[in-house]
Amino acid sequence: MGNMNEPFDPSKSPIGQSVRRREDRRFITGNANYTDDVVLQGQTFGVFLRSPHAHARIRSIDLAAAKAAPGVVDIITGAELADAKVGGLPCGWLIHSKDGTPMKEPAHPVLAQGKVRHVGDQVALIVAETLLQAKDAAELVVVDYEELPAVIDLSAADSTGTSVHDDVSDNTCYDWGHGDKAAVDAAFAKAAKVTKLSFVNNRLIPNAIEPRAANAAYNRSDESYTLYVANQNPHVERLLMCAFVLGLPESKVRVIAPDVGGGFGSKIFLYPEDVALVWASKRVGRPIKWTAERSESFLTDAHGRDHVSTAELAMDQDGNFLALRVKTIANMGAYLSTFASAVPTILYATLLAGQYKTPAIYAEVKAVFTNTAPVDAYRGAGRPEATYLVERIVEQAARDMKMDPAEIRKKNFITTFPYATPVGLTYDVGGYAAHLDKAMELADVKGFPARKAASAAKGKKRGLGYACYIEACGIAPSNIAGALGARAGLFEAGEVRVHPTGTVTVFTGSHSHGQGHETTFAQVVAARLGIPVGNVEIVHGDTGRVPFGMGTYGSRSLAVGGTAIVKAVDKVIAKGKKIAAHLLEAADSDIEFENGEFKVAGTDKKIAWGNVSLTAYVPHNFPLDKLEPGLNENAFYDPTNFTYPAGSYICEVEVDSDTGKVKIEQFVAVDDFGNIVNPMIVEGQVHGGIAQGLGQAMMEACAYDPESGQLVTGSYMDYAMPRAIDIPSFKIATTNTPCSHNPLGVKGCGEAGAIGSPPAYINALTDALGVVDLAMPATPERVWRAANGLPA
Amino acid sequence: MYAFEYQRPTSRDAAKSAAAGADTRYLAGGQSLIQAMRLRLSQSERLVDLGAIADLKAIKADGNGVTIGAMATHASVASNADVKRIAPAIAELAGGIGDPMVRNMGTIGGSIANADPAACYPAGVLAFNATIHTDRRTIAADDFFTGLWETALQPGELITAIAFPAAQKAAYVKYKQQASRFALIGVCVAQTAGGVRVGVTGAKGHAFRATEIENALAKSFTPEAAKAVKMPTTDINADLHGSAEYRAAMIGVIASRAVAAALAR
Amino acid sequence: MDIPISLTVNGKSVTKTVDSRTLLVQYLREQLQLTGTHVGCDTAQCGACTVHMNGRAIKSCSILAAQVQGSQITTIEGLAKNGELHPMQAAFRECHGLQCGFCTPGMVMSAVQLLADNPKASEEEIREALDGNICRCTGYHNIVKSIQFCQSGQTPTAV
Repeated sequence: MGNMNEPFDPSKSPIGQSVRRREDRRFITGNANYTDDVVLQGQTFGVFLRSPHAHARIRSIDLAAAKAAPGVVDIITGAELADAKVGGLPCGWLIHSKDGTPMKEPAHPVLAQGKVRHVGDQVALIVAETLLQAKDAAELVVVDYEELPAVIDLSAADSTGTSVHDDVSDNTCYDWGHGDKAAVDAAFAKAAKVTKLSFVNNRLIPNAIEPRAANAAYNRSDESYTLYVANQNPHVERLLMCAFVLGLPESKVRVIAPDVGGGFGSKIFLYPEDVALVWASKRVGRPIKWTAERSESFLTDAHGRDHVSTAELAMDQDGNFLALRVKTIANMGAYLSTFASAVPTILYATLLAGQYKTPAIYAEVKAVFTNTAPVDAYRGAGRPEATYLVERIVEQAARDMKMDPAEIRKKNFITTFPYATPVGLTYDVGGYAAHLDKAMELADVKGFPARKAASAAKGKKRGLGYACYIEACGIAPSNIAGALGARAGLFEAGEVRVHPTGTVTVFTGSHSHGQGHETTFAQVVAARLGIPVGNVEIVHGDTGRVPFGMGTYGSRSLAVGGTAIVKAVDKVIAKGKKIAAHLLEAADSDIEFENGEFKVAGTDKKIAWGNVSLTAYVPHNFPLDKLEPGLNENAFYDPTNFTYPAGSYICEVEVDSDTGKVKIEQFVAVDDFGNIVNPMIVEGQVHGGIAQGLGQAMMEACAYDPESGQLVTGSYMDYAMPRAIDIPSFKIATTNTPCSHNPLGVKGCGEAGAIGSPPAYINALTDALGVVDLAMPATPERVWRAANGLPA
Repeated sequence: MYAFEYQRPTSRDAAKSAAAGADTRYLAGGQSLIQAMRLRLSQSERLVDLGAIADLKAIKADGNGVTIGAMATHASVASNADVKRIAPAIAELAGGIGDPMVRNMGTIGGSIANADPAACYPAGVLAFNATIHTDRRTIAADDFFTGLWETALQPGELITAIAFPAAQKAAYVKYKQQASRFALIGVCVAQTAGGVRVGVTGAKGHAFRATEIENALAKSFTPEAAKAVKMPTTDINADLHGSAEYRAAMIGVIASRAVAAALAR
Repeated sequence: MDIPISLTVNGKSVTKTVDSRTLLVQYLREQLQLTGTHVGCDTAQCGACTVHMNGRAIKSCSILAAQVQGSQITTIEGLAKNGELHPMQAAFRECHGLQCGFCTPGMVMSAVQLLADNPKASEEEIREALDGNICRCTGYHNIVKSIQFCQSGQTPTAV
């Protein structure tokens, strides 16, 4: 991989160089434009009144005092939305239970309809001239609640007497199975050794530093709506809102996601607030601006993970994996969020082969409703849950078999590609031993025993843990996704508009909320066209300007969005060749394009890019009988497979048994992302992912009171996010087996860090402590108890 | 936040008159109060901002110790040459509160008046047997912290300064709660003129003296002696950051580290 | 109650009459349209709101505008002089110390004070001093590198 510290070399292709980000200028000078920075003329301010109860019927809502409060413009409740026949929020992925029945899809109202189902559930939207007036008025709304028992405990949700939704009596959304149960049962019957573990994949709160925000405006003159919203996929947001909820034509709605301060999945979904604001903006006749307070974000941003699982790994006497059996209960929260149903199924069970040849796998997943915030995709979305399970049980299997954890992995690695796993995916390429070996070298695994002894001499315990992850990303082939229940396609769009003077604007359906697309996509286009990176402008995030794309999540932007752009660029080049052929009086097939120049093969007759672009728009000498003027092409790309980034992570920790505090002595990450466009940006993605994964493993815990359903961890005072001093610098490297099915050979890198790091950390910690398991987050007290032989 | 009437007096007397009569709070650095007001957890009719009263910020060495003005920021205490010379543990304690931005605004007077059960200063005040000077009397450290968010202060009473006797063999060690960065357990150990004193914060509803550890250290001022003390779990806080059993155990562990740090001076 | 607040912000004198409840961050964002300073939390912990008051870093969400009456305030918009980036800003770009950019203004303001107070800060001291700034994107690795780059006085690359 290129050195991220090298200066840019314009004589070489921009691909593989650490081009410094072009978008940085506005961010480092305070000139960015986040949704809360958007000020619309005449705007009013919205505040949502939210349920203080986890579960309650609404007997009545008295708005009289609130409506009379100073500055109040309007107040909307579920009643107004019901009268207007506003629909509920849809779920985008249909899962079927083992018995063939479709998943339960209880209504997901925009504002509460008779019942509230989690603390923070939206009850009313108060609109006023100032934010303070809206907040003051919200306190005057009188809601008469009849409290109901709260369903909080995940494991007991399907057997408690209380239903979160009246039409789902057992709180079970679906009971799904995947794999070959008979083959797994047969393998277990013959197994020489079985390792069994139970896990909780702890519930997390994404906490992008920019809280959710929206500003919705209705334009009376053309009866259209504009919604500014902190969102990762404006077209999806628009489609869902228009087609399924508000019944508006998409052609009358423009969704703009300006600068967005982090998403990690939490800003994918269609949220009730966005819909309520859009609907109300017409009624109020003025824009309505809303920005979540952090405590509001805690309560209502989709949470992540929250699985309880048991897993069993069957092996023969030599440590070859024979079968894996998994049983998981997954929390959907109170309502089905946009992709919630797919996260613990399609994005999870299909990865249970990991990097291994395990021939038989069977997983059962039960998804249940509870009186907690909706749970949906969060960095990794299903793949961290799968990897945690597989890599923890493999590490424990090594311990049970008294084998080296690297050796047991190598013994079971898939080595020939393409490889069709027993859980439905075909890995196209990979080289797992290569990154494991590189990680072991970087981590100086050989020197570990000496380091362990040195720690012991100081009275400290030291441990080393591995995680070899694989994920499926570059989401996704639409036909496969559709067959698996997706209600949307997962292609991507790219439009390349060449200007007469030769600069280029690229419109991409991908969205950057930190990933640096304005730079990396420009590198890709500049390389392919042979023009300076600075001559390529990337536009994203606006349904009014960009063709329909599915947005950014699932590490798909470069693999899918980048490929769509490449295909559009290739169309531009193809047309450019025809124009050049005309200008050079040669046959189309004799034209070559290289380094920004079109030339006649075998001669030095050539014409520069700028001449061709100008000719396209000033078509005086132009084959108008055969070719249209202009040089503006778009492409929609539907991938033929997922991509399969994989890697090996090694974590080394030292434990202070007196306090339970853990110091991460080193963290090594070697990833195979295929080809790399910008090493600096790729490394940054890995750093951030590792930090979030370590946050999950070390300190992040979303906790609801089991009786009242109150969110106990409702602010940064109680929900611990990693600070700089909590985690170390990382040792990052890459290997490369280029993706076989996209022209860039890229696999995507946005989620890997969060996928591989939790098991690496817990494996290291359990190694240090000599225990079988330690629950995440492994808080100092948990570690202290394990270190001192106290009950958990 | 709820509406309030705002005043910014430039003298102590003006501050006292401003506080008289109405439902009033003093605003010191605001690092706790402003947040409480933002979250609508705190409400007063009148806010009296002490920030313009220059003589409340003074830090002065005197006689046997150092007197720190109530409005001295944590940053100014941490970097003050007299505090570092006379009561270095207090300079270090101040330098570990919150983060650099909090330290540029937060004040010692505001901290002890607020009496957050996990604030650092109360442990230091107790360990050093500091004297709290107000506009109307002096209050001994042992009498100051009376309950959860409660102090001996009367309505309208204004802290003017806190006098710390000199103590060399003293140290404060803070074990940070991972989320809030307040003290999960903070222990200040000081050898004072009146004997060893151990101030503990984060463990109970208010800072207190761990007399069991004081007794052990009086016999043997060593880390081992502190660590050997098993603090009882009575009245010890329990929450998702630490059970009572864990916190109680950490008091001895952190105290022993404070003793080691004190001995290392 | 409404009170007039006069400040010098990024070298310019301003006076606005605002509700006494107005936080400094609201004054900056809403009265002066200086939206580079951000609000990321409501418990004064994330540090996205960090600005300089009389040369010292403070959290503008935890202070009433009234409390800084008459002060010199520098926001992220005031760091670059005559269009030329402050070395810390340039360092953050050089070392990829930002991704989504939301925590960045506060992080940069905090980092500027960090090196002013402790020019030879070690990596551990840098990490400790950033306790009041939360980043969710970068994992801090490159933020530390950016600050170290600024320490070193090296020249950033051109592109």
